[in-house]
Amino acid sequence: MVKEIERAGLPVVHVATVVPISKTVGANRIVPAIAIPHPLGNPDLDKGKEKKVRRKIVEKALKALETDIEEQTVFEDE
Amino acid sequence: MDKKLRIVHYINQFFGQIGGEEKADIPPRVEEGAIGPGNAINNALGNDAEIVKTIICGDTYFNENTEEATEEIKKTLKDVNPDLIVAGPAFNAGRYGMACGGVAELANTEMNIPVISGLYPENPGYDMYKNFAYFVETSNSAAGMREAIPNMVKLIKSFIEKDGDLGRPAEEGYMPRAIRVNEFAEERGAKRAVDMLINKISDKDFETEYPMPDFDRVDPEDPIENMAATKVALVTSGGIVPKNNPDRIESSSASKYGEYDISDVYDLTIECHETAHGGYDPVAANQDPDRVLPVDVMRDLEEEGIIGELHNKFYTTVGNGTSVANAKAYAQEIAEKLLGDGVQAVILTST
Repeated sequence: MVKEIERAGLPVVHVATVVPISKTVGANRIVPAIAIPHPLGNPDLDKGKEKKVRRKIVEKALKALETDIEEQTVFEDE
Repeated sequence: MDKKLRIVHYINQFFGQIGGEEKADIPPRVEEGAIGPGNAINNALGNDAEIVKTIICGDTYFNENTEEATEEIKKTLKDVNPDLIVAGPAFNAGRYGMACGGVAELANTEMNIPVISGLYPENPGYDMYKNFAYFVETSNSAAGMREAIPNMVKLIKSFIEKDGDLGRPAEEGYMPRAIRVNEFAEERGAKRAVDMLINKISDKDFETEYPMPDFDRVDPEDPIENMAATKVALVTSGGIVPKNNPDRIESSSASKYGEYDISDVYDLTIECHETAHGGYDPVAANQDPDRVLPVDVMRDLEEEGIIGELHNKFYTTVGNGTSVANAKAYAQEIAEKLLGDGVQAVILTST
């Protein structure tokens, strides 16, 4: 899906837990997520902390969209 | 081989009869003998071979803790030292296919143990790991178990007969491994090429000796320059839908995608949204769907002026077992609608 959206001319970032699958399907901007059943959250944290974690991932996704890349890039933790 | 071939079978928590998605996070465990599909394989193999141990591992555990999982599996394989590993069949189950492939890579590269498995050709585990195992082609769901087992057994038997020296993919019934093997041809290359050309010109069947790899890549789009003036949309393959799934998007092999209005939605909650996805434990996503589709955070970022605007619709489907052709078609339609609505960037989340 990610590839078709990009092919249509929209910059897209893939937030995905299993990064190798994301690479195989041809995503160009990849941000690793937390876990398969809760990619952008963590039920073990309290609500406030969890939202901060989610925000960090979304911010990283936005940063990926703002980054000029030539090839598939995984935006890991700094 | 004169003695009985010793096999270790790798399966997931479901086929290991431990449980469904709620048990997908269990670390590897080892059981004596055959379990689940292993029984059918064992029976069909008769006196030639025997499944001596079964390794069962949760699909989520393997994919989220690949290093730990392979390390533990490696220990077991070292102890047992089997002649062959059988993995799956995993059909089109993405995480399970990746796990079978991961086990194959470990066995093949570090321990020199051959692996026979079964996957649907579109399973990402096939493309990633095709060098490391003999993957028999299966249907896309476990409904194809009745064909998958005999096909895998046939390959195992051939493997035993030929002492591990299997022939070409088409002869033996496994999918191409992208490995080149030298062989002597009866006719020289020039003649074979001309024969092929003549067949092609006269519309007859011909078989290429070197299929071109399919590199379907898309160049990255230019980055966003001014996020504060950008309209961003959310798309997901994680199956988030309004409560009670009004369009009845299927939990597996989705035949459609959904488009849902979030103009007045600032936070996804257990009251208003849920997941339709049947390929992962839905508890966390149902409790707080923002964990898959981060509407709450996007609204904050919109409010703070970090992004220009969150698009007032989100698009969703269930990635579980959905064919590549369908996913492609949905995404093409979705992209067209997004462009029509002036969306400039997309965050796509996957479980």
